[in-house]
Amino acid sequence: MTALLRTENVSKAFGGVQALAGCTLEVDRGSIAGLIGPNGSGKTTLFNMITGYGRVDSGDVYLGGTRITNLAPDKVFALGIGRTFQLTRVFSRLTVMENMIVAAHYKERSRQQGGRIRNPFARAGGTATRQRAMELLEFTGIAKLAGARAETLSYGQRKLLELSYVLIAEPEIILLDEPAGGVNPTLVGTIADRIRELNRRGTTFLIVEHNMEFVMGLCDRVTVLDYGTAVVSGTPDEVRNDHRVLDAYLGTAEEDDDSPAA
Amino acid sequence: MGSLIRAITDGVLGGGVYGLMAVGLTLIFGVLDIINIAQGILVVLGAYLTYVLWAHLHIDQFLGLLITIPGMFILGVAIQYLFIRPLRGRERTSMSLLACYSVAIIIEGILYQIFGSNYVSINDYWTSPQATVQIFGYYLPYIYLLGFALAVVSVMAIYLMLYRTQFGRSVRATMQDHTAARLVGIDVNRVAAVTFGIGVAVTAAGGMVFGSLNAFNPNTGYDLISRLLAIVILGGMGSIGGALGAAVLMITLESLVDVYWNPEWSVVVFYAVLVAVLVFRPQGLFGRKEARAQ
Amino acid sequence: MKPAAIWRAAGLVVLVGAAAVIPLAKNVTVTHVGVFVLLYVGAAVGWNIFSGFTGYISLGAAVFFGVGVYTVALISKHLDLVGGVVFALYPLAGLAAAVVAVPFGLVALRVRRHTFVVVTIAIFFIFQFMASNFSWTGGVSGIFPPFLDWDPNTFDMPFYYTALVVAVASAVLAWAIWGSRFGLQLRAIRDDEDRARGLGVKTMRVKLTAFVISGFIIGILGGLYFYFQSEALPEYAFNPFFDLTVALMAFIGGFGTLSGPIFGALLLEPYLGYAQYQVTNAYVAEIVLGALFLVVIIFLPRGILPTAGEKLTALAAGWQRRAASRDTGPPPGTPGSPAGAAAAGSTASTGPAP
Repeated sequence: MTALLRTENVSKAFGGVQALAGCTLEVDRGSIAGLIGPNGSGKTTLFNMITGYGRVDSGDVYLGGTRITNLAPDKVFALGIGRTFQLTRVFSRLTVMENMIVAAHYKERSRQQGGRIRNPFARAGGTATRQRAMELLEFTGIAKLAGARAETLSYGQRKLLELSYVLIAEPEIILLDEPAGGVNPTLVGTIADRIRELNRRGTTFLIVEHNMEFVMGLCDRVTVLDYGTAVVSGTPDEVRNDHRVLDAYLGTAEEDDDSPAA
Repeated sequence: MGSLIRAITDGVLGGGVYGLMAVGLTLIFGVLDIINIAQGILVVLGAYLTYVLWAHLHIDQFLGLLITIPGMFILGVAIQYLFIRPLRGRERTSMSLLACYSVAIIIEGILYQIFGSNYVSINDYWTSPQATVQIFGYYLPYIYLLGFALAVVSVMAIYLMLYRTQFGRSVRATMQDHTAARLVGIDVNRVAAVTFGIGVAVTAAGGMVFGSLNAFNPNTGYDLISRLLAIVILGGMGSIGGALGAAVLMITLESLVDVYWNPEWSVVVFYAVLVAVLVFRPQGLFGRKEARAQ
Repeated sequence: MKPAAIWRAAGLVVLVGAAAVIPLAKNVTVTHVGVFVLLYVGAAVGWNIFSGFTGYISLGAAVFFGVGVYTVALISKHLDLVGGVVFALYPLAGLAAAVVAVPFGLVALRVRRHTFVVVTIAIFFIFQFMASNFSWTGGVSGIFPPFLDWDPNTFDMPFYYTALVVAVASAVLAWAIWGSRFGLQLRAIRDDEDRARGLGVKTMRVKLTAFVISGFIIGILGGLYFYFQSEALPEYAFNPFFDLTVALMAFIGGFGTLSGPIFGALLLEPYLGYAQYQVTNAYVAEIVLGALFLVVIIFLPRGILPTAGEKLTALAAGWQRRAASRDTGPPPGTPGSPAGAAAAGSTASTGPAP
């Protein structure tokens, strides 16, 4: 299978901290890929580099055959990469439906024929958009909150909202940053189901997670990051049994070096 | 050549004093994340206080500082406690600025009520014609030198406080991260109140010197705050060294324009530099490159 | 349309109708103050279209006002215009302010929110300075219009109706923007600008557009001011209190809401305008303005309307609960407790509350 998303030797330092040191990663089209590693290994930084929330020091990022290194976030978004954040970012004072409409407008605009002068006072969100938004909200299970302001949502509901509005732009690949973090166990199961369903329909995923059960149960392929490089990459079983993973999380006993405990 | 040296001397010495007032402003910004737009009128208040002490109680302006500095400090703490601390919600920083602006116009109104719109100035011994020292053939009024010395001493005191005391460490910690500071047991509210107090206390000293060198009335606050803002923006908000450097730079520039071009237009220099900075380098010379988040 | 919306629309129509007949009472003072009230309604709405919707508080609205004043002043000085044609100049005033808004916005909108406020203040000082010091703006002495020989008893009326039209038009514009895609983008920017940009919203373009619209409206009002007050003086055309007053009105009424600025202006300006006549001491007015602002910011941060609205909603909810519990008998647990009342509200309660 071809790699949909690929990073090649990406490095990034923040002052004295080398967050990423030659990180190479591949995500196959149509797969669910997992990215794990101890705290500070560079997972969120890698996401930021891929999605344009920061410039790489060296290395490249490719989407399909296109080089997308250092593109601004909105360009990356336009090319079909969606992304959620560890601390959910939703538009708090807007309603759930309005959140969806904002995210959809880009797709909406490119759907319209070029050259037509758009009415600036057109009602926000055409009928087609609203319909699609409702479908997605039903899919993620928060449709009944469509008229509620996003700030009134619980943490788990906000995660679902973020997932929903990322979906409305119909991205090819979605980067999920800790989708199960801080969410109750029932909801975690729901989220996993939804991801599987979306994957079945053709969306590729790259998921950062600490919840091992979640990752191992869901992903086709898992990459382990440690100190900014990918140390292991393989199926969940392969990764589970690779001693380098244990080393990364727990540190080695013999050398007794100063690797961080998990 | 003579006027060049004169201009530069005036600029550096004057810049020191403006630097002191700007340091107060930037300190408040660094710790509390708010722009104390009242700083200008507070300087004027400091000037009026010194004026009253000198004119009515015949207290020497430098000795008067023993009263005005603690007084302004208490005022600063009171302002922070009464009007800034209660502000909550997402729009806190903008609201704090509006609160400061409100305080500023209240003070301005009160000053107008008490003193009217006549210009006054402090004409103590230190500003009299005899109080000059002769250096290389130029007459340098004592007040210039002493004012500059005062500014230097005050900034050094602040610097020492920040880097050599426990409290100063708390201040720096709070500047970096309020939540983390709280987590290590720092009383952020107290730090905020005291810092605001210090930031305002410097206006007592600045006001004293300013009032000795210029005639002022309540309206002068606008002129002052526009300069201080330009200085702080140029130096970078939150940077103490930046505030000092920018102050000296701007005042020297202004004084050069004053001498070589046209005194009425010297303030244009400020505005021109301000706009240029905003266009080319919004974070100023030493400011942190702000992320565009709220 | 929802019944609430119909009521609101009806209320507005009544309001506008009432406003339209006031000048017919021929009371000169009332009409004169009325012009100021309408002027501030328009200005507050215009200010809110940018600052309220995007959350970028601007204290540079006076720049637009002053540009409007001086545009009309300069044109009238050179063409010596009198008569009805004067009113045709107002759109030009708005246009001039809009043109100024473009570079102003391009410079000011590149920085973070509270640096932005400072920038607007700085730009305001620059304009005030220019007006006071350029000879072609009349310097400190300003510019005065040629004499309008209209009947002094009805002198204010044309200004009143013009201001009314501008105020209503601005309010309608604000309403149209609110529900539109453009308005949604503005509000998204207020909540999380970076995220909005990441989702493809052209934030600079959107912000600048709102800024220009706001400038246009306020500029027109400035143009109106010139002939109305018969003066163009730097400290009144570029008046820092204008900014504060407009911001205060928007805050009192509810920052960022649609009806907030209207309500705030209607509440505040009659007092302020009237006080200008009664209180000879402008300094007291200053102190009161500042104190009022502090009170509003600290105790009513979301404004009178929203806070009152919330209190009323809470009251109504409380009544509903009590009414429901009365219907189905005393609830278990403490009387009036939400859990008890809720359980009682749905079914006849028998066991402990959930």
